[in-house]
Amino acid sequence: MNAMPRWADIILVPFINLILAFFVAGLVVLAIGENPFDMIYFMVKGALGSTSGIGFTLYYATNYIFTGLAVAVAFHARLFNIGGEGQAGIAGIGVAIVLLAFDWPHWTIAMPFAIIGGAAFGALWAAIPGYLQAKRGSHIVVTTIMFNFIGAALLGYLLNGILKNPDLQNAESRAFPTGAHLPTFHEMLAPLGIEFSKSAPANVSFIFALICAVAVYFLLWRTRLGYEIRSFGHNERAATYAGISSVKVIIVAMLISGGLAGMLAINVVMGEQERLIASFVEGAGFVGIAVALMGRSHPFGIVLAALLFGMLNQGGFELLWEMPAISKEMVLVIQALSILFTGALDNMVRVPLERMFLRMKKGAA
Amino acid sequence: MDFVLQVLLTFDMSIRLSVALLLACLAGLFSERAGVVDIGLEGKMLIAAFFAAVVSFETGNVWLGVLAGCAASLTFSMIHAVASITYQGNQLISGVAVNFLASGLTVVMGNAWYKKGGQTPTLTEGGRFYDITLPFADFFQSIPLPGPIYSELISGHKSIVYLAYLAVPLAWWVLYRTRFGLRLRAVGENPASVDTAGISVVRMRYSALIIAGILCGIAGAYLSTAQAAGFGKEMTAGRGFIALAALIFAKWRPFQAMGACLLFGFLEAISNLYPNIDVFGLFTIPVQFTQAMPFIMTVVILAGFVGKAIPPRAVGEPYVKER
Repeated sequence: MNAMPRWADIILVPFINLILAFFVAGLVVLAIGENPFDMIYFMVKGALGSTSGIGFTLYYATNYIFTGLAVAVAFHARLFNIGGEGQAGIAGIGVAIVLLAFDWPHWTIAMPFAIIGGAAFGALWAAIPGYLQAKRGSHIVVTTIMFNFIGAALLGYLLNGILKNPDLQNAESRAFPTGAHLPTFHEMLAPLGIEFSKSAPANVSFIFALICAVAVYFLLWRTRLGYEIRSFGHNERAATYAGISSVKVIIVAMLISGGLAGMLAINVVMGEQERLIASFVEGAGFVGIAVALMGRSHPFGIVLAALLFGMLNQGGFELLWEMPAISKEMVLVIQALSILFTGALDNMVRVPLERMFLRMKKGAA
Repeated sequence: MDFVLQVLLTFDMSIRLSVALLLACLAGLFSERAGVVDIGLEGKMLIAAFFAAVVSFETGNVWLGVLAGCAASLTFSMIHAVASITYQGNQLISGVAVNFLASGLTVVMGNAWYKKGGQTPTLTEGGRFYDITLPFADFFQSIPLPGPIYSELISGHKSIVYLAYLAVPLAWWVLYRTRFGLRLRAVGENPASVDTAGISVVRMRYSALIIAGILCGIAGAYLSTAQAAGFGKEMTAGRGFIALAALIFAKWRPFQAMGACLLFGFLEAISNLYPNIDVFGLFTIPVQFTQAMPFIMTVVILAGFVGKAIPPRAVGEPYVKER
């Protein structure tokens, strides 16, 4: 039953949810004796007020596009992949192995191979829970949570063992060859005569993320596989009856999801750190859940939501200088409230709105 | 004798480390047996640990701290209840939100109040729990083998430790020997039939989440006022998820949950005391492996390679009354 017009469903409801999330976050800020409007002003200024701020915003947004797409692809098959964190971490190992294996001459050659390495490792880490769900009936949410911890332990083990740089005290790998350096926005825009901050980590991965978003759109709505994934997600029994293999859909959807989550490693490990460290994912896997929810699992919505969360993250770091009483974890609070209102409490807004639209329809008829 | 003492100390540490797991695991037991998935155990424990530390520090009374921890955890449990029972939202997403909210709020408030990067001041005199020596512990000390077991292992814990282990038979009794428990388990298996019998599904599930909130509150309070002397950022460190793993490992049963929590507590004690274990000079078991063990074992159990863990049938599904 379509009680609501399409625009209300995809724009109005998420917008009201977001307003509610920000309202409650504002109450938290008031409770600790600060002015929420000042906070928003400084966050927006920190995120967009300089090319450095924009560069960091886009860098974080790149991560969130990848993890958001990862969650969304699985969502379409009605699978909740909560393991983006672990998949991205394991993908970092794949990227590092590829980049440390050769003295890469140029990034255009290194990047495709690093993408393959990262995607393969990320996909594998997602496919095991997928297989266990499809074949052994263990719930994907629980196994992906468990795999986050197992992945973190594995990453820690390798970075203290065979991948460790013996010259350093810290648990990190050797630096990648300079030929594998990805061009930053500064380097890309300088030839065009545009001045962009040198310190900002945004790099060519952002463009790759946008390409992935378009590719996911085509995959889901323009291919046979995408149709199978979506119909399986809508109605498992009908899809099975129509001859769609549930095992295939679950495993393939998880492979794609894990591969996408793994692309975060291209942006962070290859693009920014240029070596493998233990804690490089930094919760981006979980933010992907918020991004996918707010973007209604549609690539376009995900890019917008990722930009918003990128702004929030960068703005949160800037608060450190402008309003030291508010720590950057305020961003986590805002993210949590966005997940709560857009994800779990969605019906609180949707049901009354649907009733309102129904009444308006009756009134018009 | 030295070896025996070392074994005893390892077991003693296992007991200390299993308490928060056990209480959170029992919380998950009540919630999931009633059909509500609870991946927010971690967040509820974290917010409880924070408020327990704050109130203990401000009042100097640790029991007021425990109460505050329970109240905070209960509030979070009710957020989860409103979202997943009243508004029939996705229980997993609501749980994720609860975890995030606790991670963020504890640091934001802790930093605003104490300016120590999210930490609370160290608790002293009266503001925290101390070890209780059971009667005759000194007397038993002198008896060779059973003596140290009593005086080292069983005696000398904080009161919450005994409370947590008493909660196990109590939980079993409530779940399996009372009318309330029967209804609670039925709601997790087949809510429609319970509804037909004239019992409110919503009310049963709310009751389960109230119990879960209180148990998580005690678990969190234990972490910050008994196991440590103050709150530290992210101090739950994945214990809520280990508790969830223990719950699955125990196949949603109280006494088995106690066994699983003791086992996982033992693994944590091992990784603390003996980080890298050398096996007869042949190979080393790295500390990361011991730390990942609870999760690996749970995956194996879930996959049905060893035994089979079958969750309550209606777990995770919001109950929609047919009209």
